[in-house]
Amino acid sequence: MTALLALEGVERVFGGVRAVDGASFEVRPGEVHGLIGPNGAGKTTIINLVSGLLQPTGGAVHVGGQPIRGLAPHRIAALGVARTFQNIRLFPELSARDNVIVGEHLRRKESLPARLLGLPPAREAEQRVRERAEALLARVGLEDRMRERVKNLSYGEQRRVEIARALAAEPKLLLLDEPTAGMNPVEVEAVAALIAKVAAEGHSVLLVEHNVRLVMDVCHVITVLNFGKVIAEGPPAKVAEDPAVITAYLGGPA
Amino acid sequence: MSGQQVINGLFLGSIYALFALGYTLVFGVLDILNLAHAAVFMLASFVALTLVASAGLHILLALPLAVLVAGLLGLVLERVAFRPLRGRADSNISGLISSLAMAAIFEAIAHEIWGPNVARFPFGTLTDKQLHVLGGVVSRLQLTIIGVALGLFLVLWWLVQRTRLGREVRAVAESPRAARILGVDVDRAIAASFFISSALGGAAGVLFGLAFNSVSPDMGRSVELKGLAVIILGGMGSMTGAVLAGFALGLVEVFVVAHLGGSYRDAVSFATLFLILVLRPRGLFGAPSLREA
Amino acid sequence: MEWLQETYLTYQSTLGYIGLNALLALSVYTTLSCGQLALSSAGFAAIGAYAASILTLNFGQSFPVALLAATALPMLVAVPLGLPVLRIRGVFLAIATIAFGEVVRLGLVNWDYVNGAQGLVAIPQKTSVWMIYLAVALALLLLARLRGSKWGFALEAIREDEAAARTMGIHTTVYKLAMLVLGAALAGLAGALEAHYSFMVAPNGFGFVRVVDMLVFAVVGGTVAYYGPVVGAAFLTVLPEVLRELAPLVGIEPGPLRFLVNGVVLLSVILFLPNGIVSLPARLRERRRARSVTA
Ligand SMILES: Nc1ncnc2c1ncn2[C@@H]1O[C@H](COP(=O)(O)OP(=O)(O)OP(=O)(O)O)[C@@H](O)[C@H]1O
Ligand SMILES: [Mg+2]
Repeated sequence: MTALLALEGVERVFGGVRAVDGASFEVRPGEVHGLIGPNGAGKTTIINLVSGLLQPTGGAVHVGGQPIRGLAPHRIAALGVARTFQNIRLFPELSARDNVIVGEHLRRKESLPARLLGLPPAREAEQRVRERAEALLARVGLEDRMRERVKNLSYGEQRRVEIARALAAEPKLLLLDEPTAGMNPVEVEAVAALIAKVAAEGHSVLLVEHNVRLVMDVCHVITVLNFGKVIAEGPPAKVAEDPAVITAYLGGPA
Repeated sequence: MSGQQVINGLFLGSIYALFALGYTLVFGVLDILNLAHAAVFMLASFVALTLVASAGLHILLALPLAVLVAGLLGLVLERVAFRPLRGRADSNISGLISSLAMAAIFEAIAHEIWGPNVARFPFGTLTDKQLHVLGGVVSRLQLTIIGVALGLFLVLWWLVQRTRLGREVRAVAESPRAARILGVDVDRAIAASFFISSALGGAAGVLFGLAFNSVSPDMGRSVELKGLAVIILGGMGSMTGAVLAGFALGLVEVFVVAHLGGSYRDAVSFATLFLILVLRPRGLFGAPSLREA
Repeated sequence: MEWLQETYLTYQSTLGYIGLNALLALSVYTTLSCGQLALSSAGFAAIGAYAASILTLNFGQSFPVALLAATALPMLVAVPLGLPVLRIRGVFLAIATIAFGEVVRLGLVNWDYVNGAQGLVAIPQKTSVWMIYLAVALALLLLARLRGSKWGFALEAIREDEAAARTMGIHTTVYKLAMLVLGAALAGLAGALEAHYSFMVAPNGFGFVRVVDMLVFAVVGGTVAYYGPVVGAAFLTVLPEVLRELAPLVGIEPGPLRFLVNGVVLLSVILFLPNGIVSLPARLRERRRARSVTA
């Protein structure tokens, strides 16, 4: 089975800092793949490289077998990659529903002339788009917050809107960068269930998370990163016992 | 290029450089374009003129007083038009607009006090004695202007590189958040850079008014756009770049006037500006960094 | 009835200018709607005004042909301008487009065929007020129709967070370019209509000061709604007329007073009403609600 996402010796240098230093791993279709590591290990940088917001300084990234070197972010999105952001990047002045509608951009096949002439088919298409957005928000438990501007939502609610917005693209590969940071335990539980369900529907997930229990619960495979290098990889139980991982997390000589 | 042209170019360039230094200082610190800079330039020129013509002060006494007034106007600008916007998501665009508003208000005030017409310094404010340098003729006026400009460059360099205030301003320019963590009073540093910036703009205005012996409410307009050309050329936020580019523009203008005719002077500088922005947005003299967004 | 007719005749030209300014304000708004501050509209208006005037004056072309050319030519210029320029952002884009406007203006000053700085005079008076308002209405209809569509949402997303929008599959360059081209078309059309409304054009009517005026219309009216720039243009075009009546009472010359009031209005809007006049009703409603809650 070919990998949906493959990193081969990926490297990214910022000035003198080797944020990602020859990392290789693969994410298979339908897999929930954990990416963990101490602060500054290079997790977010990898998400940025895969989504095209950064270019690698070495190595190669393949999505669905295709090298994405030099592709702009919107082209990568068209390959079926969607993401959330560690530091939440919603469209603050838009409502929760409108944020999710933007996420549907690539799925909307509408005709500009029909729209400009105000023809009924265009209206119907928009109605469907709205309904889908509402359904997605209901899925993340925000059915009664849909019309609120996202800047007025709580931290946890904003994170859930981001997840809904990413799901709106029906991505093959969903990149989640610390989706539960700042959430209360009830919310974390809901997100864990959602991730499992999304994976069961056939989407792959690359999950960056500091919440160890969540990672252990929902991931099929975990890759551990430290100083930009992969130091361990495997099923959760095995990774948890890896001495290199324990040293990396507890400090001490790497 | 003849010696005479070089002298004229340096003379013009020193004024552009002074003006642009102030412009670029605020940009470097705040990432904001202060489009009221030219209005301060104009007001300072009027203040100096009034001090000389009505109060009978010597120009070398009126100049520092006008520069002080300009600096105070900078503090007003910062307080009224920029500080309230700090932290707003689109602060670099809204700041640009609020500075336009202040420019309109300043211009209206100048209109009201001094009227719309061109005013001139009284005869003999600076004697027009001619000296021979570099195979060209240079007037005492020109020498004074170049001298004052060079003096101010040195003062500014000392202020920014050698004083605690300068270090704080540079720290804020680098990163306001980091500066705050390091214990820098960010508000004070920003206010200080506005004071310095406007003082430099005011000095440029007084010298410009003397150089062409013409002071009017709209005298800042052409210099404003040329100042933009200079700071882009020099690399936004770079002070050395602004000085070099200011002199470069002065020399180029003199050259273009001599060889292509006066009407092409401005066209050449804006065409150059445009090409540089498109081809090499970091500026000719290389800025430390181009901050986008 | 007679009184009405008289008033109309007195203020007819103001009425026309409200519409023209509205078109120009909309031309700045198009790029602002996706978060880009492009100040090229005066340059595009100049291109449109001169293209149309040359066609009617020197080539005896009909007015519709002239208007068409005045709309199309700026669009053609906007594409090669926009491709490199839209890569730079924020203040840099503003400066590059100011430079473009100055290059156009100074180019016209140095072009003898169109009388240089003097400009063209005795342009046939072909613009009627209804034409101006038809153009405004069409522009508003177009912008209104974009709202809620895939494209409308993409523009809002780019305005709010360009990088995030790109990861949603939005080809931001195409949208920004399209808005620049649309703005160029509106500006060119407005320029042509104005030239045939006021009989003359001169390069200095299209300088930096002019594009700042357009920006001020848009910002004061409000850029959160597509009709905001029209409201702003109407407000700030009528204001000087009112001031002219009031100036003798206040004891300030009308000219400086206009500057002063424009500056104060703009500053107050930016500081206290960042979404412009059109956001005022919602603001007041919120205020009232807050008060009734505390009471
Ligand atoms: N744009 C950038 N410019 C310079 N350095 C950067 C940049 N982005 C990341 N870095 C550096 O690269 C390293 C890895 O950062 P990254 O954000 O990928 O870590 P992370 O694993 O996501 O950490 P965290 O768990 O804190 O989110 C850090 O040392 C960081 O300072
Ligand atoms: Mg991170």
